[in-house]
Amino acid sequence: MHTIIRTEGITKEFSSVRVLNDISVEICAGEVFGIIGENGAGKSTFIKVLSGLYQPTSGRIWFDDKLINMRSPADAKRIGISLIPQEFSLVSDLCVYENIFLGEELVGKHGILDIKAMVNMTRQLLTDLEVSTINPYAHIQALSVAQKQMVEIAKAIAFDSRLLIMDEPTTMLTSKEIEILFGLIERLKQRGVTIIYISHKLKEIKHICDRVMVLRDGEFICLEDTVNLTIDEMARRMVGRELKDVFPEKKNQPGDVVLSVRNLCVDKLLYDISFDLHASEILGFAGLIGAGRTELTETIMGLRRARSGTVVLNGNQLSIQNPWDAVDAGLSYLSEDRQGAGIITSFDVIKNITLASLKHYAKPFIDQQAEENKAKFYIDRFSIKTPSLQAKLEQLSGGNQQKVSLAKSIDVQPKIIIVDEPTRGIDVKAKQDIYIFIHELAASGLSVIFISSELEEIIGMCDRVLIMRAGRIVGELRSDKLSEEEIMYFATGVKGGY
Amino acid sequence: MKISNFRKTSLSKSGPLIALLVLMIISTILYPRFLEIQNLLNILRQVSYTGIIALGMTFVIISGGIDLSVGSMTALAGAGAILMLNMITNALVGFSPMWLGTFLSILSAFIVSLAIALSAGFLNGFLITKGRIAPFIVTLGTMAIFRSLTLYIGKAGEFRSVNSFYGEMGMSVILGIPLPVWIFFILAMILSFVLNRTRYGRYVCAVGSNEKVARYSAINVDKIRLISYVIVGFMVGITAVLISARLNSLSSTNAGKDYEMDAIAAVVIGGTAMTGGKGSIWGSVIGAIILGIINNMLNMLGISPYLQGLVKGLVIIGAVSIQRGWINNSRSEK
Repeated sequence: MHTIIRTEGITKEFSSVRVLNDISVEICAGEVFGIIGENGAGKSTFIKVLSGLYQPTSGRIWFDDKLINMRSPADAKRIGISLIPQEFSLVSDLCVYENIFLGEELVGKHGILDIKAMVNMTRQLLTDLEVSTINPYAHIQALSVAQKQMVEIAKAIAFDSRLLIMDEPTTMLTSKEIEILFGLIERLKQRGVTIIYISHKLKEIKHICDRVMVLRDGEFICLEDTVNLTIDEMARRMVGRELKDVFPEKKNQPGDVVLSVRNLCVDKLLYDISFDLHASEILGFAGLIGAGRTELTETIMGLRRARSGTVVLNGNQLSIQNPWDAVDAGLSYLSEDRQGAGIITSFDVIKNITLASLKHYAKPFIDQQAEENKAKFYIDRFSIKTPSLQAKLEQLSGGNQQKVSLAKSIDVQPKIIIVDEPTRGIDVKAKQDIYIFIHELAASGLSVIFISSELEEIIGMCDRVLIMRAGRIVGELRSDKLSEEEIMYFATGVKGGY
Repeated sequence: MKISNFRKTSLSKSGPLIALLVLMIISTILYPRFLEIQNLLNILRQVSYTGIIALGMTFVIISGGIDLSVGSMTALAGAGAILMLNMITNALVGFSPMWLGTFLSILSAFIVSLAIALSAGFLNGFLITKGRIAPFIVTLGTMAIFRSLTLYIGKAGEFRSVNSFYGEMGMSVILGIPLPVWIFFILAMILSFVLNRTRYGRYVCAVGSNEKVARYSAINVDKIRLISYVIVGFMVGITAVLISARLNSLSSTNAGKDYEMDAIAAVVIGGTAMTGGKGSIWGSVIGAIILGIINNMLNMLGISPYLQGLVKGLVIIGAVSIQRGWINNSRSEK
């Protein structure tokens, strides 16, 4: 079987942070090629390079033994590479055939759209894919998720795609729909189409892929025939790395129960969530993206409505309807979405730090001196690097922005702080600083809920870990039983039921 | 790099002020009597009516909203004021002492005007925040509603005040400066303080900059938004009394016409971004004065009144494009 695409030394850096290092791989025509790795391992970056969305910092790509240089997804599409993104790129107000031909419309004489030809081609495509139940005139918004995915695939192969890249195609599908998808992949394979398949679900990888490549921290780890690799072994290779000394020593003595959550449910997102949080405890929440961890904290913080369930803080049942109820009760939240929900980039350092706690400074007029003193205190304590107190946050690096965001969350004087992906996208030094601060907070009596997709830090930081999958808590591991493999077993469904 | 950045930011902050000075110099050259005190006071008086509304509009725009209904709201509140004034004045005929009667009737007119405008502002804010309807749509609707009510009550005619003291109050001059100008500047001082030194002011900027961050920072976003429409309502209530007192009457068809445009233009010329998040009360004051000077000059130079709108339009577009240029420059430098 000949090689359809070959990469040599693909490296990608973002503002001098290397997210993909020296990836060289050959993919054969007609195979289903799996890529696995933890969040941030570089899978998405790699396929974005292959589909023309990113240009590699260095390295070369051959397609059909010809050196290619793709500057955009359109270039990739022209030579026969299509990406089906995790979030669909269909225009929901247009109908099926319009989406398939979007940007490539067939035009008849006099520049008028040849609708008939487009509809007929669409019908033919859908028949080939054995999903002829989809009407070419149907509006995208009226389709089910699986049908939308079929349309995405039809769109991808409409223009003779020879390499189809699927990024987490099954996250939103039911098991029946997954079967349909797998049937389709088999048929595409028989037609000679090559498929790169990315998934967190190792069972699926095992089932559908011929070979699987493992990435970790942007590095190539191994490439094996899937038949030679057990699911356990895959999980182990995804995470297999030693803990470095970046984490402070665990010496917290968790005290009494502070927060009890019982039977919390949110429609279609969370099912029957119950857990306890102790004083001075760092409680980890692990799980894959989309497992419901952020939704859970947003519910506790009054940013989402729970359908049922109770939250008890220090023996008092809380009725949190709004974020300010939560803050008044002594809860604080560091959002995973730093620039979207954490800080205001056009505000200066001082105003960001006091944004959530402003009432402590306004009696009723804002005491600017007190604000400034507090900002100085945090800049000193968290070693925040900023040109000045009046510098806008957009001038600060990601790590320093995150420290400001953390300062903001702490300045409301909470009893419990929930940190969601506190070290996402920041450098190692800033990470370590943040680990130390969180540890100090716990040592001073605060309870911490620590959400992270990086297993290394979950293990390094937490006294106890709860693992979520598909909106449920599926496992609990104490500090002495913690290992990345064990967490992965629960997170990917090898253990823990459902 | 740093220095040029610094220059850029200080320029964009003082931009409206520089524009005002340049405009004044040009005006003086074209028409030397421009600088006479009487002319300047005249300009200030003319701009203070919509200027007062622009102060409230600044909060609305910083929070990310817009209020198109302020002109019709002025007419409706002014109509209510005059109807109340006449009713109380007639009821108190022969009341002694007379000054107290006059005072009571004017006070009641003032209270009614504020009550109408505050309720109207609350209605706008309520529909926008609780009804989740776009501010442009809500206030476009209420603009029509308020005007229609005014026309109906006034039978498309004029509301005439029967109390001549009301007119005198509108024309009154204190320490050489007309009453509306005093009120304009006092309100500007108060609101500038509110914007810069209170929680409310900080929250308005936060909501306009990034609503999601504001919500996640436990700020009651809906309340902040709603209050901004109530503030602009309050300002309209004051302007309605001042403008109806100035003429001692109020036309149901013409009163408050185009006030929304002048108020929004003043805010925009003053450097407040239509996208929200930041702005300045004194900027809006300067913006209002710039518009006033342009009107004044066109009159003085005998240019057709029909062309005044053209010049005003060019100034608004020009002012915003210059500010946009500054922002883009400072971005591309990063």
